[in-house]
Amino acid sequence: MNNYLTDFWQATPIVSLAIFALLTLIVDAAGKDKPVLSYWMSLIGIVVAAGFSVASLGASTPLFNTMLAQGGYSSYCNLIFLGSAFLCIVLSRNYLERLQYHRGEFYVLIILATVGMMLMAAALDLMIIFLGIELMSICLYVLAGFIRKKEKANESSLKYFLLGAFATGFLLYGIALIYGTAGTTNLALIGKSFPQLSHNSLFMIGAGMLIVAFSFKVAAVPFHMWAPDVYEGSPTTISAFMSTGAKAAAFAVFVSVFIRTFDIGGTKLSDVLAIIAAVSMIVGNVTAIAQNNLKRMLAYSSIAHAGYMLSGIAAGNIEGETGILFYLSAYVFMNIGAFGIISWMEQQDDKKLTFDDYAGLSSQHPAVAALMAIFMFSLAGIPPFAGFFGKYYVFLAAVKAGMTWLAIIGVLTSLISVYYYLRLVVLMYFRDGQASIEEKVSAPAMAAISCAALFLIVLGLYPSLVVDIAKGFFKI
Amino acid sequence: MVAYTPLIIVLFPLLGFLFLGLIGSRIKNEKLIGLIGSGTVGLSFLVALGLFFQMTGLHPEERKHVVELFTWISAFTGTASSFSVSVAYQIDQLSILMTLIVTGVGFLIHVYSIGYMHGDPGFWRFFTYMNLFIFAMLNLVLADNFLLMFLGWEGVGLCSYLLIGFWYEKKFTGDAAKKAFIVNRVGDFGFLLGMFLIFVNFQSLNFDAVFGRAAVLNPNSTMVWITLLLFIGATGKSAQIPLYVWLPDAMAGPTPVSALIHAATMVTAGVYMVARCSILFALAPATLEVVAIIGALTAIFAASIGLVQNDIKKVLAYSTISQLGYMFLAMGVAAFTAGIFHLMTHAFFKALLFLGSGAVIHGMHDEQDIQKMGGLKKYLPTTYRTFVIGAIAIAGIPPFAGFFSKDEILWKTFSGEYGSVLLWVVGALGAGLTAFYMFRLVSLTFEGDERFDHHHVHPHEAPKTMTVPLQVLAFLSIVGGFVGIPASLFGGNTIEHWLEPVFAPANDKLRLTSHSVEWTEYLLMFISVGIAVAAIYAARTVYLKRAELAERWKNKYASLYKVLLNKYFVDEVYDKTIVNPTVKISEGFLWKGVDVSVIDGAVNGSAKLVALAAQGIRRIQTGVMQQYATVFVGGIVLIMIWLILK
Repeated sequence: MNNYLTDFWQATPIVSLAIFALLTLIVDAAGKDKPVLSYWMSLIGIVVAAGFSVASLGASTPLFNTMLAQGGYSSYCNLIFLGSAFLCIVLSRNYLERLQYHRGEFYVLIILATVGMMLMAAALDLMIIFLGIELMSICLYVLAGFIRKKEKANESSLKYFLLGAFATGFLLYGIALIYGTAGTTNLALIGKSFPQLSHNSLFMIGAGMLIVAFSFKVAAVPFHMWAPDVYEGSPTTISAFMSTGAKAAAFAVFVSVFIRTFDIGGTKLSDVLAIIAAVSMIVGNVTAIAQNNLKRMLAYSSIAHAGYMLSGIAAGNIEGETGILFYLSAYVFMNIGAFGIISWMEQQDDKKLTFDDYAGLSSQHPAVAALMAIFMFSLAGIPPFAGFFGKYYVFLAAVKAGMTWLAIIGVLTSLISVYYYLRLVVLMYFRDGQASIEEKVSAPAMAAISCAALFLIVLGLYPSLVVDIAKGFFKI
Repeated sequence: MVAYTPLIIVLFPLLGFLFLGLIGSRIKNEKLIGLIGSGTVGLSFLVALGLFFQMTGLHPEERKHVVELFTWISAFTGTASSFSVSVAYQIDQLSILMTLIVTGVGFLIHVYSIGYMHGDPGFWRFFTYMNLFIFAMLNLVLADNFLLMFLGWEGVGLCSYLLIGFWYEKKFTGDAAKKAFIVNRVGDFGFLLGMFLIFVNFQSLNFDAVFGRAAVLNPNSTMVWITLLLFIGATGKSAQIPLYVWLPDAMAGPTPVSALIHAATMVTAGVYMVARCSILFALAPATLEVVAIIGALTAIFAASIGLVQNDIKKVLAYSTISQLGYMFLAMGVAAFTAGIFHLMTHAFFKALLFLGSGAVIHGMHDEQDIQKMGGLKKYLPTTYRTFVIGAIAIAGIPPFAGFFSKDEILWKTFSGEYGSVLLWVVGALGAGLTAFYMFRLVSLTFEGDERFDHHHVHPHEAPKTMTVPLQVLAFLSIVGGFVGIPASLFGGNTIEHWLEPVFAPANDKLRLTSHSVEWTEYLLMFISVGIAVAAIYAARTVYLKRAELAERWKNKYASLYKVLLNKYFVDEVYDKTIVNPTVKISEGFLWKGVDVSVIDGAVNGSAKLVALAAQGIRRIQTGVMQQYATVFVGGIVLIMIWLILK
C-alpha cells in the first residue's frame, strides 16, 4: 500500500491534471457563472502537467505494479495531447461566447478527457487502456452534444455514443480473448509470448478485435462512418479536439500495443492493418472531394490521415513508430489550426461553413488567409511544412517493411487530396467574394493559431528536432 | 576559437534580409535602409576578420573546424546507405578566404549602392535581395556538405535572377533574368547528377567523409563522370563555354549587382567548387585536361569578343568570362592555389572596374555606349584614377595585383606536369588581348575627344558613398597581389602556404613536386609583361593618337569585325539549334500532343472517375446509424475471415 502511495506521486502529469480537473469542477460548482475562472484554471493545469511531462521526457519508470509507465514515450504523447487541449481551450472561449454557450464544465470535460488520453499512452496493461479509452470517450460524448439546443449536436452526440459503445463491446471481448489465451493482461508478458501466441487463432481474433476498437477511435475505414456526422454536429473546437487529441491518443495505444508490444511484422495482423490503411486513404481522400461543408471535408481528410498513419503501424518497425510520433506532432497542429480558423469564421446556425464562404478571404483578412493556406499546404504534405516529413517518414517505414504498394497508394491518394486542400487556397486567393466577416479575431486565438503555424514551419525545416527524441523511445 | 563564430557570420545578412524584407517597405528613410543593409554585411566581415586573425595564430592542423547546427535531413538507421545531412558550417583556410572576399567586397559594394540606387522606388527591395544574396553565398562557401552547398548555389542563382530582373518594368531585363536562370538550370542539373553519383559511390554527401574516402582511391572512370558532371555545373554558374551566354545579358541588372554577383563573387562559385573538390578532380586527370582546355578557350574567346564591344558593361562582362577562364585554366593544370589567388585579386579589380563603370553611367545619365563618351577624366577625376588602376591590375603590369596571380597561372601552365606550352601560348595571347581591350575602354571613355552631347549630358563625379569604395578597391587592386609574391621574386608566397593543407591531398595524389626557381620563369614573366605593355601601347595608339587606324581596320577586316561584334553568332546558333527546336517540340508535340491529349486526358479522366467514385461513396453515408453499424459489422466479419482462414 505504501508502495502505491509513492507511485501515486510519481505519476505526476496524470495526477496533477486530474487534481486540477476536480478543483476546477468544485470551483465551477461553487462560484456561479464564472466560466472564465475555469478557463484559466484548466489552462494552468495543462501547463503544469506539460511541465511535468517535459521533465520526465528522458527515462521511463513502470508504476503500480507495471500497470502504468511514467516518462519517456508516455511523456512525449502527453505533450501532444496537452498541446491539443491547450489550443482547443484557447480557441473555444471566443467561440462559445459567440454561441452563448460559455460554461465552466466545458473546460473540465476537456481536461478530464485529456487525463483519459494520458492514461491510454501510459498504459502497460490492457485494463488501463480500457480505462483510459472510456474516460476519454465519455467526456467526448458529452462534449459532442454540448450545444444541446441544437438538433444536429444531439444527433451527433447520440450517434457517437451508440457506435462508441458498440466498439467498446468489441474492445472488451478482444481483451477477454487475449486474457484467455495469454493468461495475462500485462502487455510486456503478452509481448514475450507473442511468437507462440501468434499461431493461436483465438488470440489472433482477440488481437483483431483490438484492431477494430482502435480503428474505430482513429476513424479508419470501415469503422469511420460516425466521423463526418459527429464532426459536423459537434462544436467546431470539439471537432478539432476529437480529430487531434483523441485520434492521437488512439494512435498512442496502437503504437504501444501493435509496435512496442507485438512484433507484428510479417503476420496476418500486419496485413489487416495494411488493408485498413489502404482503404482509409482511398475512401477518405476520394470522398473528401465531394464535400462542400468544410467540417465534413476535414472529417474525411482526417480519415485519410488515419490511413497514412496506419501504414506506419502496419510496417511495425522503428521507422513506423518514429514516423507516427512525428506525424502526430505535425498533424495535431495543422488540423487544430484549420479547425480553429473555421471556428472563427462560423456564425450562428451553422452559417459560413462551406467552401464558397471563403472566396476572397485573402483581401479582407490576409493574415487569416495566409495561416489557413499554411495549414492546407501542410495537410497536403507540401514542403517545407511539417506535414511533408510526416508522410515521408510513414511511407518510408512502409517501404522498409516491404510494403511498397502501400506507400504507392499513399502517394497517389495524397495527390487526390491536393485537389480539395488547394481548392480552398484558390478560393481564398483567386476568387472575389462578398464582404463577409466584420468580426476581429480574438488575440489569444490568433496567437494560438499563429503558434501552430510557426511550429509547422519549424518542424518542417528542422524535423530532427522531434525525430531524434522519438527515435529514442523505440522499445524502451 | 569561439565555436559558433561561423553561425554569427551567416546570421547577420539573414537578419538583415528578414528585417528589410518584412518591414523594409514601410521605412521611408533611405539612409536607414542602407545602413542596415550594408551594416549587417560589414559586421559579418568584421567577425570573419576576427576569426581569420585567430586562425593565423593557430597551428595549420588546428585551423579547420566544423560547427554543426542541426541534422537537417536524416533517413534513420545506421546502415551503410543511410542518408543524413546536417546544416553544418566548415571553417578552413579556403572557406575563410572566400568568406572574407564575399563579405569584404560585398560590404564595399553595399555602401556604393547607397549612392548608386539613391531615389530608386525599389531601394529597400534592392538591399533585401542583396542581403539574401550574401546569406546564400556564405552558405555556399561555408557548407560542409554538398547538399547545403547546393542550397547556397541555388540561393545565389535565385538572387541573381531577382537582381538581374530588378527593374522588371522593362521587358529585356526580365528576358535576361530568365535566360540566366534557365541556362544555369542546365548546369545545376549536372551538379545534381554529380551529387547523386557521389552519394552512390561514397554513401555520404559530407565533404570530410567523401574526400577522406576519395583520398585512398586510385583514378578511375567513375571519378571522371562525377567530376565532369560537377564541372558542367561550374560552367553554368561561372559562365564558361558552352554555358557562358547568360552573363553578358545579365548586365541588364543594376551595376552594383554586376559588380557583386556577376564579377566578384557568385560567378566564382564554380571555381570554388572545383577547388573544394580538388581531390576528386585529382582522381580524374582526363577531367582536369577538359577543365584546362575549356578554361583556356573561354579566356581567349571571350577576350576577343571584348575587343569590339561598345557597351561599357558588356566589355567588362566578356572580360569577366575571360578571367574566369584563367581561373579554370589554373584548376585544370592543378594549380589550385593560383586559381584561388586569381579569384581573389580578380574580385578586387573587377569589382573596382564595374563600380567605376557604374560611376560613369551614373555621371552620364544612364549612357552606356563608350562611343558616346570620351574625355571624361576631366569630369570624373576620382573615377578615372581608380579605373586606370583597375585596368593596369587586370592587364598584368607589376606590381599590381593582377600581375602576380595571372603570372602564377601562366607559369604553372607552362611548367606544370598537367600544363602544356600550347595552353600557355593561348593564355599569354589572351592576356595581350585583355590589356588591349581594357585600354581601348579607358581611352574611349576617359580620354580623347568629348563625343557626348553637351546640351543634354552634364557629366559629374559620383558622391562620396560611391567614390570611397572605389578608392578602397583601388588600394586593394594595388597591394592585393603582395600575398602571393613568388619565390623567384624573393616573396614568401603567403597565400600558397596558407592554402597548402587544403590542397595537400590533391597535390599528393597528382604527385606534384615543387620547382626550384628557373631562368625560364623570368623569361616568361618578361614575355607576358612585354605583351601587355605592347598591347597597352597599341590600344593607346589606335584609339587616341591615330583614331583613323581603328576605322581603317574595321573596314579592312570587315567580316572578322562583324563576327566579333556579333559575338561569333553563338546566341543565334543556340537559338537555331537548341532554343527554337525545343520551343517547337514543346509547343507542337509536348504541349498540344502529350500534355493536352495524353496527360490532361488522363488527369481529367481520372479526376472524373474519382469524382464519380466520390458521389458513389457519399451515398453510403446515409446518416442512418443502423446502416453505419452494419458496415461496421461487415468490416469485422471480413477481418475475422482474413485472420482465421488465410
